[in-house]
Amino acid sequence: MMRTYAGHSTAEKSNELYRSNLSKGQTGLSIAFDLPTQTGYDADDELARGEVGKVGVPIAHRGDMAQLLVGIPLDRMNTSMTINATAAWLLALYIVTAESDPAGAVAPEQLSGTIQNDIIKEFLARGTYAFPPGPSMRLIADTIAYTVEHVPKWNPINICSYHLQEAGATPIQEIAYAMSNAIAVLDAVQARVPADRMEAVFGRISFFVNAGVRFIEEHAKLRAMGILWEELGRERYGVTDPKALRLRYGVQVNSLGLTESQPENNVQRIVLEALAVTLGRDARARAIQLPAWNEALGLPRPWDQQWSLRIQQVLALETDLLEYPDIFEGSVVMDGLVAEMLEGSRAEMAIVAEHGGAVRAVDYMKASLVDSHRERLRRIESGEQVVVGLNRYQQAEPSPLVGDGDGGILTVDPAVESQQRDAVRAWRDARDTAAVDAALTELARVARSEDENIMPATLAAARAGVTTGEWSQTLREAFGEFRAPTGVGEAAAQLPSDDNAFLELRDEVEHLSEALGRRLKILVGKPGLDGHSNGAEQIAVRARDAGMDVVYEGIRLTPAQIAASADQEGVHVIGLSILSGSHRELIPAVMDALAQRGIDVPVVVGGIIPDADVEPLKAAGVAGIYTPKDFDITGIMRDIVRLVADRHGAPTGGG
Amino acid sequence: MTIPDGAMLAARLRDGDRSAAPQTLNLVENRTPEGRRQTAALLRELSPARLGGEAQGHIVGVTGPPGAGKSTLLGELLRTWRGRGLTVAVLAVDPSSRRTGGSLLGDRARIAFDPTDDGVLIRSTAAAGRLGGLAPSTREAAGALVVAFDIVVVETVGVGQSETDIAELADTVAVVIQPGSGDALQFIKSGIMEIPDVLVVTKADLREVALRARRDLAAALRSVGERDTAVISVSSLAPATGIDELADALAAHRTVIDVPARRAASRRGTALAAFGAEYGERGLRAVGGRRAAERRLAEADPQADIPALLDLLSPDAGQETT
Ligand code: B12
Ligand SMILES: Nc1nc2c(ncn2[C@@H]2O[C@H](COP(=O)(O)OP(=O)(O)OP(=O)(O)O)[C@@H](O)[C@H]2O)c(=O)[nH]1
Ligand SMILES: [Mg+2]
Repeated sequence: MMRTYAGHSTAEKSNELYRSNLSKGQTGLSIAFDLPTQTGYDADDELARGEVGKVGVPIAHRGDMAQLLVGIPLDRMNTSMTINATAAWLLALYIVTAESDPAGAVAPEQLSGTIQNDIIKEFLARGTYAFPPGPSMRLIADTIAYTVEHVPKWNPINICSYHLQEAGATPIQEIAYAMSNAIAVLDAVQARVPADRMEAVFGRISFFVNAGVRFIEEHAKLRAMGILWEELGRERYGVTDPKALRLRYGVQVNSLGLTESQPENNVQRIVLEALAVTLGRDARARAIQLPAWNEALGLPRPWDQQWSLRIQQVLALETDLLEYPDIFEGSVVMDGLVAEMLEGSRAEMAIVAEHGGAVRAVDYMKASLVDSHRERLRRIESGEQVVVGLNRYQQAEPSPLVGDGDGGILTVDPAVESQQRDAVRAWRDARDTAAVDAALTELARVARSEDENIMPATLAAARAGVTTGEWSQTLREAFGEFRAPTGVGEAAAQLPSDDNAFLELRDEVEHLSEALGRRLKILVGKPGLDGHSNGAEQIAVRARDAGMDVVYEGIRLTPAQIAASADQEGVHVIGLSILSGSHRELIPAVMDALAQRGIDVPVVVGGIIPDADVEPLKAAGVAGIYTPKDFDITGIMRDIVRLVADRHGAPTGGG
Repeated sequence: MTIPDGAMLAARLRDGDRSAAPQTLNLVENRTPEGRRQTAALLRELSPARLGGEAQGHIVGVTGPPGAGKSTLLGELLRTWRGRGLTVAVLAVDPSSRRTGGSLLGDRARIAFDPTDDGVLIRSTAAAGRLGGLAPSTREAAGALVVAFDIVVVETVGVGQSETDIAELADTVAVVIQPGSGDALQFIKSGIMEIPDVLVVTKADLREVALRARRDLAAALRSVGERDTAVISVSSLAPATGIDELADALAAHRTVIDVPARRAASRRGTALAAFGAEYGERGLRAVGGRRAAERRLAEADPQADIPALLDLLSPDAGQETT
């Protein structure tokens, strides 16, 4: 069955949803943008294929933004936007929409809300970056400097450590990289605002953190972060106001550990994770978001989200959780854990500082995350780390939850994409071209200037009817394109001497390579805008460790680029990874691009692939499909070796 | 397992059919006996005698310490060369150690290119055992591709003494260094480093450090009596600078060298490396040691192709190994 992801597909649909939620008493808005909007592409860009309206709403220009917000009282609304690389642009569209609101102009001083606006974690984990690090930091500093003066009720940045844990970070890495990131941001702003404004800037910075299932340790992590933040404010930025010094944070609890196997168990995990951020009052979260039980299956339906909301309500309203002062005060065990966290984090922060700060240390931090994640997966694979239902107690009754016709998830109507494509073209045809050209020329000039704030030119561009893709392209031309480091090359080689399955695999790779005449070569590819790189990185690293030559270029490649790389590199097999839900469009597109170049090698696919899509992908020629339940990566590698061996008529099996 | 026909690939390359390049690379990397036979056929069919002279393309070696900015610079150079209508093949040699056998080949990610442009080819290849070393297949590959591409770039990692392989292979060697690293300066002053044909200082956007590095290097070169080596400062970050000047300097160097002599030396080096890879130290001893082998190759016809050169060495080794 097809259903529309009503909260997101189009501005119109999202507006309906927002208004219905508001009429039920909700007081704020939280806007999720689709990946093209987040990375600065219009719906008709080749890279946008398969992603338009998928995980959020597409906003291409002020017309879309006005449509999204029609009938919503912006003077009273608190609007949170999950937007980073293009944050300056979306903020400008919001301001312009408010000032030209048909219900009465709303001035910038009246607007309140948040933009995520944290780029370092995009390079390290989330993947929706658009420009190189230097210019990206400048855009952040510009938006902070601008809002502190002109949109004073706006939170211009939310430093995220959430995504780092989702990319494999240990608690210490999570703390250290988030704090180092904050330092980089604050230092950049310091250069752009008068000294007496720094206390206000510091007080405006909030965090977005993670909490995993080891909830005692995770609670200690949050206490440690509070201490470090206060210290930083006092010592580095001379902040004295206790209110400004308090760590303000929101949470999304861990989703990386939520399983596809026996997904009902995720509910227990979510409850425990919620305790991590609520147990002790001194380090309690301001806002909590909980994922849904079917997190590893696909997008949650309204009912799934309701279940997660109910978890919070039971915790807050039925239990006695909120009735006591801090229950860990004076706990020797908790203090000890916190001290450990502080020591580890300070040491790691010192390493980042030695690299010249967070911006310069992106390569180092990325490689460290990939390494930590490899260790996590090794422990799960070997059974050292128990995941109930995945690597222990796998026998289970069939789940009634996933039995439904829709496979227990929500799917998005593919027609949304072509509609939005036509709409953006129609918009471009209807506007005043001269005004657009002038605005873009001015934007380019400011971008190339040393110290002019980008916001005024961006606001002018928004008013002139410029599109998201055009604003971004102008800056890409001024700033240059950028590919973030993949971290995989540096990840230290792992040579287990006691893992027999792995040793046999290496023998098989050696034998096949000999039979082929050259080393078995694999391309690991990430088509489209999907930023979920964990799986691809770990597959790449393991293939290397198993003895293969591995070509991995990172995220955000077009099908044509993947086919060109496969051809030029002469690979024997191709592995594609997609988690964002665009596999139905993009995998066949890659297969076509390969066919066009006459490349006939086995293709395997991994990621979030719902059961219903397996057959169509196989019909399109995909030789193997892997999902999160396939945690035995050595086994996956062995399948791949055999696929290639079969294709070349080579004998299989270690000698 | 189907191994491509070397002579047929050679014919396509001679006709300028660049779509034969990936298969050519697969072939020269192939270590099976049949693979080596077909590679020999390929190389024979691309010999100067067969081509009526040396291939017209330009083999450019780009080398320098890790992280100096070589790949990013190549992305910019590529754009400039394509803008001048030149076709380009890049062989990016991965330095990662082969402790586990496998390698992660990530360099192509740094080199931006248009996938629909058939005038560009980028191939990642594995290094020989030592830093800066080239696998025989890379040398053979460069020799073959230069028939069909205007420019063949070989990117390797190394600084100091390890560039001998690339110097032997390339018509023009550009050493790329980043400002602030004193290594190159020391190597030049102490006479350890072979003087490159072009010296590139990257990251000009870092301003003073970059300026100083360029001045110091130029002074060091003068102090050892080198006046011909161009020292060029580039930035590969937008707005890129110095790229045109670098492309000009590389092209200018090509016009002043004795290409046939360089290529002949390169083929001899490749033959020796291929021989070493096949028969090892023992094989070399059997022909009287490296020096003797070099002497024997030096006496050969300068136009001799690699298989012919190998034949000059192999009979003795053959006796020893059977
Ligand atoms: C971690 C995670 C993130 C991290 C990603 C970090 C990173 N750098 O990878 C962060 C927090 C950044 C993130 C962000 C987002 N996420 Co997310 N994320 C996840 C999560 C929780 C786990 C994925 C993961 O990394 N697993 C660990 C790895 C090792 O497993 P894996 O990739 O599945 O790989 C295994 C197999 O699939 C297979 N495999 C995978 N690839 C390949 C390739 C080959 C060649 C082979 C052989 C095998 C193979 O082998 C692996 C071994 O078991 C999933 C839900 C879940 N639990 O699966 C959601 C999920 C994928 N995310 C989702 C969404 C919506 C988003 C956001 C859009 C949210 C938002 N609105 O901001 C953003 C978008 C980011 C972007 N730029 O695309 C959705 C996608 C929905 C859909 N498919 O319809 C999911 C399913 C959650 C949900 N239910 O809503 N996310
Ligand atoms: N500031 C600045 N940084 C640059 C420039 N060129 C490259 N870089 C950065 O330097 C780092 C290394 O660049 P690469 O092009 O990968 O260097 P490389 O020499 O090919 O590196 P290896 O192949 O690993 O030896 C990257 O982070 C680049 O972004 C430049 O002109 N200016
Ligand atoms: Mg490189």
